[in-house]
Amino acid sequence: MNDLLDGLTQAAWLVISLNPDLYEIAARSLRVTLAALVIACAIALPLSALLAVQRFRFRRATIAVLNALMGLPPVVVGLVVYVFLSRSGPLGVLGLLFTPTAMVIAQVIIIVPLIASIAHQSLRELWAEYHDLLISMNAGRAQRIATLLWDGRRALLTAALAGFGRGVGEVGAIMVVGGNIDHATRVMTTAIALETGKGNFALALGLGFVLIALSVMVNLAIHWLSRTETGGRW
Amino acid sequence: MSALLPMRASGVCVHRRGKRLIGPVDLVLDGQGITALIGPNGAGKSTLLKALHGLERLSAGRIDWACPQHEAQQMQAFVFQTPVMLRRSVLDNLMYPLRLARTPRAAARAAAAQWCARIGLEGMEGRLATVLSGGERQKLALARALITSPKLLFLDEPSASLDGSATREIEAILTLATGAGTRIVMATHDMGQARRLAREVVFLRRGEVHEAAPAATFFDAPATRAAAAFLAGDIVD
Repeated sequence: MNDLLDGLTQAAWLVISLNPDLYEIAARSLRVTLAALVIACAIALPLSALLAVQRFRFRRATIAVLNALMGLPPVVVGLVVYVFLSRSGPLGVLGLLFTPTAMVIAQVIIIVPLIASIAHQSLRELWAEYHDLLISMNAGRAQRIATLLWDGRRALLTAALAGFGRGVGEVGAIMVVGGNIDHATRVMTTAIALETGKGNFALALGLGFVLIALSVMVNLAIHWLSRTETGGRW
Repeated sequence: MSALLPMRASGVCVHRRGKRLIGPVDLVLDGQGITALIGPNGAGKSTLLKALHGLERLSAGRIDWACPQHEAQQMQAFVFQTPVMLRRSVLDNLMYPLRLARTPRAAARAAAAQWCARIGLEGMEGRLATVLSGGERQKLALARALITSPKLLFLDEPSASLDGSATREIEAILTLATGAGTRIVMATHDMGQARRLAREVVFLRRGEVHEAAPAATFFDAPATRAAAAFLAGDIVD
């Protein structure tokens, strides 16, 4: 119980004292996860709409695989990305291992199935509603996808936020591919793991509370932005 | 643009899960005005409309238009029994079919605003279409179907569960549309409406065309017993 209180005090102190290390790793956490989120959305959202509107041979199999991949163990993803990016690996020449780019790649792999699955669930329902109308109006495939993505944007936002949540709190993969190098690849979660390992529970908890606050703020910010965009309707 | 009609449906059958929904149906559609599709529940009115429009997979038979199939598709519109509202504003709903056909945004917006006023929804342009009342939805769906000036319009129960004044407004729009040269095929349960609007009647029973005749002939002297019984208000199945 004392550790928790100490943690809260530490968190408050870290924020108030404008601790440069804290702000650096918090900014890196945000940068890595937001980059991963943007890339993952660019892949997952069109994919989920395509899965909703298009009937093709391996559609069911693709959806089942996506659903299964939602539970992908991050540390295994990290390991696979590590093998690919390591000096002797196929992409070793790029020299990406232990850089923020490698962390972004790992996070994209982790959150794409999650976003695509959640987005597909809601777009499938929307498509059931729109199906006859859009076919009657001769909407082409790209137009159908664009319509679903636009009209389903609220549900897609939820999917994206779920992806952000998973990404920002993820530690296994980025620890493996990033290496938790101070001033290079250290982010909130890896710093917490490190401080816990060192026995600095108060500092670790403090960082943890800051991380939670960060996550909540991003969620609120995105909701606020989307509401102004749609004029507060729905 | 080439001519769409006459349309010839020959031996059209629709089966679903091994059950025959309609067919075989032979039907010719030509001329002007409104054709009323009447018949008891489950006679296949909706299925026939969808089949003619190309929304149902035909298990047998064929539908021939006076022009190639893909051109024919673009000259038709359909209003569903429960109008499908896009989750957008009223104006965006009206603009949607025009934007699909790549009409420039400004022109689409102007046409949409005009239709909005014509159906009595002015002042509601920015409102979300999914919160409209039943009558307003039906009018919006109708305007959205007519905004591309289709040559042929299919209507599935356009005024089911609407009150008198809403029905009158819908019928006024339909009369206007036929005046502008749109051919209309509508399924209806409302015999009064069929009498008021139709030039031609197709009586559907058990998935087949039981009787087809000009409206005046059909209502005054139906040729079949089932049609006579149906008009008299007896229960026909």
